Amino acid sequence: MLAALALIVVPRNYRVPIRAIAVLATLISAGLAVKMFCQFVPRAAGFQFEQQIPWVESLGISYHVGVDGLNVGLILMGAIVAFAAALCSFEIQSREKEFYILLLVMTGGILGAFASLDLFFFYFLHEFALIPTFIMIGIWGRGEKKNYATFQITMYLSVGALIALIGLIALYVYSGAKTFDIPKIIEHVKASPLSAGDQNFIFPLLLFGFGILVSLWPFHSWAPLGYGVAPSPTAMLHAGVLKKFGLYGLIRIALPMLPQAAQSWANVIAWLCVGNILYVGWVAMRQKNLNLLIGNSSVAHMGFIFLGIASLNVIGISGAVFIMIAHGFLAALTFALSGYIYQQTGTLQINELGGLCRKLPFIGTALLMAAMAGCGLPGFANFAGEVSVFFGAWTTFPAITVIALWGALVIGGIYMTRAIRNVLHGPLPEKWNSLTDATHVWRKLPYALLLASLLLFGFWPRLLTEKINPDAEKILAQPTTETASHGGESAHSHQNLLTSAATK
Amino acid sequence: MEVNPLIPIRTSSRRLPRNKMNASLTSLEISVIGLGLVLMLADLFVPAERRRFIGYAAIAALGFLLAVSLSNNGSCSLAGTAFNGAFINDGLSLFFKRFFIIAAMLVLFIAAEFSDRIVAAAEYYSLILFALAGMLFAASANDFAMLFVSVELITITFYVLVSFQRGKLTSLEAGVKYLILGALSSAFLIFGIALIWGTTGKLNFTELAAVAPQFADSKIFLLGVLLVFVGLGFKIAAFPFQIWAPDVYQGAPTPTTAFLAVGSKAAGFVLLLRVLFTAVPSVVHTPIWANLLIVISGITILYGNLCALPQHNIKRLLGYSSISHAGYLLLGVAALNATGQAAVMYYLAGYLFTVLASFLVIALVLRHLDTEDISGLAGLSQRSPLLAATMTISMVSLAGIPPLAGFFGKFLLLKSVVEAAQTTGNPGYYCLIFTALAGVVISMYYYFGVIRAIYWSREAKDLSAIELSAPAMLTAWICIGGMFWIGLFPNTVLMLANAAATALNV
Repeated sequence: MLAALALIVVPRNYRVPIRAIAVLATLISAGLAVKMFCQFVPRAAGFQFEQQIPWVESLGISYHVGVDGLNVGLILMGAIVAFAAALCSFEIQSREKEFYILLLVMTGGILGAFASLDLFFFYFLHEFALIPTFIMIGIWGRGEKKNYATFQITMYLSVGALIALIGLIALYVYSGAKTFDIPKIIEHVKASPLSAGDQNFIFPLLLFGFGILVSLWPFHSWAPLGYGVAPSPTAMLHAGVLKKFGLYGLIRIALPMLPQAAQSWANVIAWLCVGNILYVGWVAMRQKNLNLLIGNSSVAHMGFIFLGIASLNVIGISGAVFIMIAHGFLAALTFALSGYIYQQTGTLQINELGGLCRKLPFIGTALLMAAMAGCGLPGFANFAGEVSVFFGAWTTFPAITVIALWGALVIGGIYMTRAIRNVLHGPLPEKWNSLTDATHVWRKLPYALLLASLLLFGFWPRLLTEKINPDAEKILAQPTTETASHGGESAHSHQNLLTSAATK
Repeated sequence: MEVNPLIPIRTSSRRLPRNKMNASLTSLEISVIGLGLVLMLADLFVPAERRRFIGYAAIAALGFLLAVSLSNNGSCSLAGTAFNGAFINDGLSLFFKRFFIIAAMLVLFIAAEFSDRIVAAAEYYSLILFALAGMLFAASANDFAMLFVSVELITITFYVLVSFQRGKLTSLEAGVKYLILGALSSAFLIFGIALIWGTTGKLNFTELAAVAPQFADSKIFLLGVLLVFVGLGFKIAAFPFQIWAPDVYQGAPTPTTAFLAVGSKAAGFVLLLRVLFTAVPSVVHTPIWANLLIVISGITILYGNLCALPQHNIKRLLGYSSISHAGYLLLGVAALNATGQAAVMYYLAGYLFTVLASFLVIALVLRHLDTEDISGLAGLSQRSPLLAATMTISMVSLAGIPPLAGFFGKFLLLKSVVEAAQTTGNPGYYCLIFTALAGVVISMYYYFGVIRAIYWSREAKDLSAIELSAPAMLTAWICIGGMFWIGLFPNTVLMLANAAATALNV
């Protein structure tokens, strides 16, 4: 299993230019991730499937990977999305070899970053995945705004990553633990916490560094544009998986190591995420391009996750992790579908499309279901996550939760149903008479797979929550301030409520 | 503790007596100078069409010297001082001597490829070796007289090397510019040395360090230190002494530019580190000096990167980029701690392979073109995939992206500045960190512009394949291997750099 994890992290078979290899490699990693997910023992102490290779002893950097409840689901999601993205790459017609190489590098980097338990490799592998994103958008992107969007996404994400890097270095230096190993730093910080001043210096670095990576409002403007021009496998992997890295970083690193600062900045996060949910949701309503709409709605969804993190209690955080996974499947699904529509019609302008359901029944149905999941309809995984985020956030920020709920249900409902109506229903323009649906089983597979995962976790959220909850508790097990313990208690009281709600 | 063969022996039994000639310590330098003389003689006997082989012979001889310096047996790797303490062999000097020899070998490879464009190639090779000897002496300088002599040896050979293409106007112009500004910097340097000697009566760094605290209030002494810093600032092309760099980089023959970018800059840094931290540590470890270094480093980074943005000439662009890298390297100096010094050395080691890789590609691709415009690289991915990959990896490493050498080097430099910020609490360090970040982001734009020209420019006219000689391919592979090795397996170089940094903080 350890060797398997290493294989997930570094798909070595770059050189072989055939598509089948890429699909096979991602299939193997997806299979291994499923196996790992099934073998994972919830509530076990420490990390599982751990592997540690010293790298630079003098600085305390080691290649250290391991899995706990927080990242096991994310790795599973990442591997499945990577498999689907490799399947969807049939739309790439030119320079295929380079594309698949980059896709595999990106996949390896993403999965490695999520598995990493070392601050240095955490960043290192994320960069490893980020660079191929820029190149893929720059070469295989579409539309006349390609260069501008590539430039913007590169600048934003580089700045974000560098700010986060400074935060990570500062964390290493200030903690005095002389190691980049995340569990060791957490232990060290528990024994001797950083002073409030230091925490308040490092936390914003991490918050805004990671925040830019996750398109936290008001640093989100790269996201819709970038996804608008990105080739769909890239958009699937980035919006679905890589973007979650920043959130994961906040949960994995910032919350346990800087608990006091997290308390004092929670308000700021909560208000910023209202910007995400309301403002970006509002923007999404006005979009005329399907991809921009999906991009904006994906940014809006990030707001819920931030809200869950800001709530700083078990339900909120596990809800946030849950949405991260659910949204990963959802974003990948929607971008894959819009990529298919674009490939067939050559446009994504909503007013030019219409009545596609008649010609593309499978794709149309899948898009309909994805839109429903996006509005948070019960039965899809997003619902379970959003519900627990709202339960978690209610205890800390009732007002914001009300606003966010409103945004989620009303705004999300409006733009999703409008898009569905205009794209799938209504009269079919004559020029689209020649469209063909996804008929081949291999073509249907990625969409079906992603939908199935959404439904699986939607109907059976316990699969994830029982794995996430114990580790979310561990993250918050920092009795430093009264509010934290208070939040923890109320979280426990809501636990039963959540499980009953989720199992209904 | 096991004895590491790469770190000089410090046991008392093998330490040579102080205050003696100990000329055997300088065997490396003497061999290099002898080699240069032999090359000039060999030129008389070797037929003109086989001149390239003189270069390869020189590389082989340098390879032998490198092996000797890496082994523990040669007298050159003994720790000790010679010429009454003017010449010192320690971890720092040995680190840089290996560095300079590797740099000179790679530069000679580039020069061999370039030799059909210059007359009197053998003279060119031997001048490179004389400059190398100057750098080796600089690595060991422990005395202001030795410092000045080694700097002059480097600079004067570079006057000739820069203007070697006598028929080319730009080369001559670059030579004249370098001569005037080089002379100016030497004047600053010698003036500073004179002031220091006049106030303290000491030239030896070790002796000076002992008396320097007494002169902490002497304005003349401080002015002397400042002027020495200015003189060395010219060598490393730090703001505001960077004016010469772009013109000279652009006009000089490509191998000269490569050696200037790597060897001369590193020589400036080894002298800077040695003077600041062994001769006048009591002066440097003050808030004023920290702030001075912070400001110079920050402005150098911004100036280099911003000026590089609009450049079309690839060598000029690398000239500005080299200014910005001088700024990054100064981060480690400004941090005023051992991790910063080690980071400087580590960064230079990565910079060596990175910069030489890019100049190798420039020398090979642009030698048949009149232009040195970035557009000359168009279609390189089809003309020669190996060179395209070399250039791309080199640009990515310069931009500081993992997993290449540039990333880990920048990581170490930034880490040292964060440590300095934590220990001193000086807010200037925080500003410096964000300035450096801004610089990195700006630099991505123009480095990726080069990569874009290689892979995605449409106006490529000439798509004929570029013929590569076996040595050129070997050099490209060495550089690629070096960038990946230093980026992925930092242990060895980092250990050497740490050992070298301890020599500065005894």
